[in-house]
Amino acid sequence: MRASFVISEVITGLRRNVTMTVAMILTTAISLGLLGGGLLVVRMIDKMSVIYNDKVEVTVYLTKDVSAENDTLVNGKAGPGCSTQECTALRTQLENDPAVESVVFESRAQAYKRFQEIFAAQPELLKLARQESLPASFQVKTKDPNRSDVIKQTYSGKPGVDTVGDQADFLKRFFGLLNGIRNATFAIALIQAVAALLLISNTIQVSAFTRRTEVGIMRLVGATRWYTQLPFLLEAVVAGVVGAILGTLGLFGAKAWFLDKVLAGPISAGIMPPIDSLDVILVSPWLLLSAIVISAFTGYVTLRLYVRH
Amino acid sequence: MIRLEHVSKTYKSSARPALDNVDVEVDKGEFVFLIGPSGSGKSTFLRLLLREEIPSKGRVYVANFDVARMARRRVPRLRQSIGCVFQDFRLLANKTVAENVAFALEVIGKPRPTIKKVVPEVLELVGLDGKANRMPNELSGGEQQRVAIARAFVNRPLMLLADEPTGNLDPDTSQDIMLLLERINRTGTTVLMATHDHSIVDSMRRRVVELSLGRVIRDDARGVYGVGR
Repeated sequence: MRASFVISEVITGLRRNVTMTVAMILTTAISLGLLGGGLLVVRMIDKMSVIYNDKVEVTVYLTKDVSAENDTLVNGKAGPGCSTQECTALRTQLENDPAVESVVFESRAQAYKRFQEIFAAQPELLKLARQESLPASFQVKTKDPNRSDVIKQTYSGKPGVDTVGDQADFLKRFFGLLNGIRNATFAIALIQAVAALLLISNTIQVSAFTRRTEVGIMRLVGATRWYTQLPFLLEAVVAGVVGAILGTLGLFGAKAWFLDKVLAGPISAGIMPPIDSLDVILVSPWLLLSAIVISAFTGYVTLRLYVRH
Repeated sequence: MIRLEHVSKTYKSSARPALDNVDVEVDKGEFVFLIGPSGSGKSTFLRLLLREEIPSKGRVYVANFDVARMARRRVPRLRQSIGCVFQDFRLLANKTVAENVAFALEVIGKPRPTIKKVVPEVLELVGLDGKANRMPNELSGGEQQRVAIARAFVNRPLMLLADEPTGNLDPDTSQDIMLLLERINRTGTTVLMATHDHSIVDSMRRRVVELSLGRVIRDDARGVYGVGR
């Protein structure tokens, strides 16, 4: 196989049909950019799960009277802490629970102290809150963060327990939102991919039609299938690769000029993980691979179906 | 070189067979005219040899190939041993004379040094030395057909199929083309030419195979066009 011959055929083919080539490249780029965006969301979800699963706790809030009886600070003097029968029984049960990793008792006084720390910047909120209005609680860390609802079910309604709060509930909703964004991006990417597919197929057909004399002669003089069809196939693949490169550049652009700015707050607060350039770089080979596979496959099928050998 | 055994070809679109139980044998180095009116099966005959079509019945042998039964991937080998010339020349308008001839070698993967050597040789053989860098539209019809013949012959095929090669040419030019085909025939290449041209067939006195409605109705070793009518 003479490479120079094939390459010159590919270049001629792409140049002969510039508008179509541009359309094909742009559609591919958008489709792959969206695919890449979806993959980045997936990476972000993974990273966030790691961040949050460390921190997720189930909080078992104690009733008002149990909270008062087991306070660590009463009228300025040291209180007894978790000492009543109800409180210690709960603690023992939690500590012996196979699903539980660790249990920390937080008294009303400790909760109030933490509250003051969290809302130090909002004095008017601090003025409103009193130690008595905050419940004591057990901060429970589960072995498997995905199974926190078991703890919730077990301890809700036990004597001395007011409510059981599960941070995972909120996170589930949050991750649900992210998953939705991911699915939407993938869906649009898929629609764009169909458009790209049809464009690739059409471009190859037009290309094969404009070159039917050449192809006819090639067939007559005994050129192999590879020689007659590889130029068309490569035309599609070259356009696909250019599309993938543009798509990747688009992702870098979107990251630098949009995401980094819009998400600067949550990222610096540690709520959301930053999207590194490394993430984009790691996603790009997949875009390139998809581009090559899709364009080559479409090209091959088109040639099989529409272009006689 | 060519052998058709009880070959029939029926197209889906037609009830009457394009070829009907045809038996023809052509030896190596022969010069054969294939004549008959339009629709008599000449084109189907040639297409079967190139495996552009597969016979509905019978066997087709070309050189050492069992054409009807060979694997698809071996078809290029068959076609590399056959040169083809057509009424409409089929030259590439955006390539020069030399490039048109070289194209036939490039696409079957011949090395560049070989191409550089044999293209001028074949252009000289067909009488086009000095016109290597012309574009096809700068040439006369006869010259264009010479380019097409050069392209068909450059890979030294075992046989040359010519489908109405003089159909677009005036009588004098046609005569020149026939001389060229004769010269190629003298190198040992089998030539099979489908034609309507009475005067050429009559003046050459070569073997004539006449088809009518898909059947061979005449096969004369030294025939003329109009015998028996």
